[in-house]
Amino acid sequence: MVAAVTRPDPGSGAGSDPATASFDGTPMPPEGWTHCRHCGDAIAGDCCAAGHPGFCCAGCEGAFRLVNGLGLDGYYARRCLDPETRPLKPETDADAIPDYAPHVTAMEDGTASLPLLVEGLHCAACVWLIERLLAMQPGVDHARVNMTTRRLTVRWIPQADQGDTAAPDQGARRVLDPVLRVGYRLVPFDPAALGRDTDRTERALLRAMAVSGFAAGNIMLFSVSVWFGTDMSPTTRDLMHWLSALIAVPAIAYGIRPFARSAVTALRAGRANMDVPITLAVLLAAGMSLWETARGGPHAYFDAAVMLLFFLLIGRYLDSRARGRARSAAEHLLALGGHAVTVVEAGGGTRTLRPEAVPVGATVLVAVGERVGVDGTVAQGISDLDGSLITGETVPARAGPGDRVFAGTLNLSAPLRVRVDAVGDGTLLAEIVRMMEAAEQGRARYVALADRVSRLYAPVVHALALAAFLGWWLAGGLPWQEALLIAAAVLIITCPCALALAVPVVQVIASGRLLREGTFLKTATALERLREADTVVFDKTGTLTLGTPTVQPGGPDAPADPWGWSPDDLRLGAALAASSRHPLARALAAARPGTPALVGVREHPGAGLSWAGPAGETVRLGSASFCKAPADTVAAGPELWLRHGSARPVRFRFRDPLRPDAAAVVTALRARGLAVELLSGDRPATVETVARAAGIETWQAGRSPADKVAHIQALAARGRRVLMVGDGLNDAPALAAAHVSASPASAVDVSQTAADLVFQGDRLAPLLSALGVARRADRLVKQNFALAFAYNAVTIPLALAGLVTPLIAAVAMSTSSLVVITNALRLTRGAPPRPAAAATPPAAPREAPA
Amino acid sequence: MNALLFLIPLALLLGLGGLAAFLWALRSGQFDDMDGAAHRILFDDDEDDWKGPRPRRD
Repeated sequence: MVAAVTRPDPGSGAGSDPATASFDGTPMPPEGWTHCRHCGDAIAGDCCAAGHPGFCCAGCEGAFRLVNGLGLDGYYARRCLDPETRPLKPETDADAIPDYAPHVTAMEDGTASLPLLVEGLHCAACVWLIERLLAMQPGVDHARVNMTTRRLTVRWIPQADQGDTAAPDQGARRVLDPVLRVGYRLVPFDPAALGRDTDRTERALLRAMAVSGFAAGNIMLFSVSVWFGTDMSPTTRDLMHWLSALIAVPAIAYGIRPFARSAVTALRAGRANMDVPITLAVLLAAGMSLWETARGGPHAYFDAAVMLLFFLLIGRYLDSRARGRARSAAEHLLALGGHAVTVVEAGGGTRTLRPEAVPVGATVLVAVGERVGVDGTVAQGISDLDGSLITGETVPARAGPGDRVFAGTLNLSAPLRVRVDAVGDGTLLAEIVRMMEAAEQGRARYVALADRVSRLYAPVVHALALAAFLGWWLAGGLPWQEALLIAAAVLIITCPCALALAVPVVQVIASGRLLREGTFLKTATALERLREADTVVFDKTGTLTLGTPTVQPGGPDAPADPWGWSPDDLRLGAALAASSRHPLARALAAARPGTPALVGVREHPGAGLSWAGPAGETVRLGSASFCKAPADTVAAGPELWLRHGSARPVRFRFRDPLRPDAAAVVTALRARGLAVELLSGDRPATVETVARAAGIETWQAGRSPADKVAHIQALAARGRRVLMVGDGLNDAPALAAAHVSASPASAVDVSQTAADLVFQGDRLAPLLSALGVARRADRLVKQNFALAFAYNAVTIPLALAGLVTPLIAAVAMSTSSLVVITNALRLTRGAPPRPAAAATPPAAPREAPA
Repeated sequence: MNALLFLIPLALLLGLGGLAAFLWALRSGQFDDMDGAAHRILFDDDEDDWKGPRPRRD
């Protein structure tokens, strides 16, 4: 995904004019600047007239000057922009930058340290730029970006002359300032909360893999000399066996632990999993070989045992790595939503705390543009709250003293003081989480295919080995040592090496492929369950639709509306709206991009905006009552009124547009034989319109979270396997109740936690490609099982007959593993089903209007 | 056969050396950021220019 910074676009742009060459002497291309020289976005309108030639906004120009001024302009030549990533637009308002103070830790050596997640990392040049920018700040001692996990660790010595030592954040803001000004978003996180355990297990697996790989390689040297050294004397052979034992025993003791631990846990719970036969086979093979070596016999299986372990550890490591990566990506998204809460203290001062540390009864200050962090009652102030993530409604609600507010709503127009009513278990959030946990019980009973196979497989294998031992000893008349040797060979041959690799290898490849397309698989069995889905239930706001309103054509295009607006009205309305954060005002301003904001606009929280016109008349933009519009005009959906003085008011109507490919995806899902339904908390009229536009016949409106869960459970009771797609807090319980669930990356964190799949971008197409990958992965897993069983069908009779030598065991085992891995690799071949998505330039990632 | 007495310990020592090197690399965090390390090499700043922080072992 590489996009050039400036693309010639014939047919647009002004002619060449040396006078408009940019400040740094770069001549303007003959066709004019079509894309911003800093963020690479298409420039709308005439940038030269707006005073920032070559840039989409003044912030980008400032960032470009900063980078050039520091001599880091090589960045623009080296970078490649990833259209899927957030564009590098500097934040326009200071409120959106989080408070770093609670996350700065003072180290023992006097430095301050801050772990951050970087949003807007496009490629390696961004890593370079961030590290350079930080290194140039006085006092910075260490700055390193981890490109895989997108984490940045900064350590600096607080500088007294820069005022760091006095600042509550030890100067974090000063240090990070250039990076923020270039347009990256830096979000502090708690490293303890983000998967340290996964890192540790992954490293332990890698170490075990290295040790067993070393052992396997060296033992193979000795084994090859034993197998092919036909004139080797028994003494030399024994020496080789002893040397093998010397390497194998410690390596097995070290490498078997992950399997042994899981086997013991399973056995304690009275179950058998794949690790039980693995552990038994490896330990028994090593024990038998040791005994065989001690008595000078020819049958030492050290090579087979260690190689088995090596292959299995590779599978285990890949599995943990792929899932760890998907998880850390999902955690990254979650951490971006986390915010500190500003608590007003008794003395009038303020302090920032994490939401869970705020006591009940405290007063919390919610600035404009901030998310409410707690459940509470408004104590002071009137504002508009955007609750779309919680209720699914697009239109913000007015909140005044005495109104209840919930964590997660966005404050739009005026600062509020909120008295905290509940923390922890008492919050709406906790209630939703409880509902989610109850709904999740059903899903926890789901058993992965591999486990179902191994539950059958393990007892059969053990019975076979026992039968071989008893048969050869009692019926065959062999001494018990010989019989035990045959039984061990049976166990080694049947050891589910290929079986244990069959699923993880396919999953690693499938999840890696989905990750590249911007879809995170969060649970191990998500693909299996996704393949089984036969019904898709969509939520409306934010899932099927974009969740951001746009102005409906109502001017010259729709003369039927008696309150229709003219282009002049739109220009005036957009100029007024440009200074507000209200989603409808933003939509109006977006309908005429580049309209300069009027000076002196007053915001009346919960009502609208007013501005004193040049002739002394008042221009009002807001609700019908605020503009004194006739009350009998009923509109479907949100609206804004504009009244110029005492003239006749006009009305702007809004709608929440469908995701660009919603209808196409619904059709494609149908074509694959899935039933599609729409389940929303919104009003029936709106839901019906959306359902019709998307081509969905079955829809339900006005559903509460509990109704949604009940509906999903009713579908499940009828034997349907439901794929639930939703984004709001009100969908979270339903997401947990469904057979499998997906959330867009713009969803609330609770929903993302509940969902099995998180997809990025403005389109629903990732769902289709995930379904496609799930089906292919399922086919490959089943083929792999078939291959593994076919191999066993040949080798088990040989082992039972006592014909297996260490050479045959080693060859058979490695070939079966390789066949399974090769088969799984076929998943990487073939282009993914990509509808028009790649052809059109992607829209900027959707962001919360914060 | 006498060659074996010399070659086997040598082979084992070499193998152990490789293993030790890998474990050291793992411990010093060289496998923490596989993507970053692959790309970092493309931004070859002259060592003398670079007065910034050196990566530190954690």
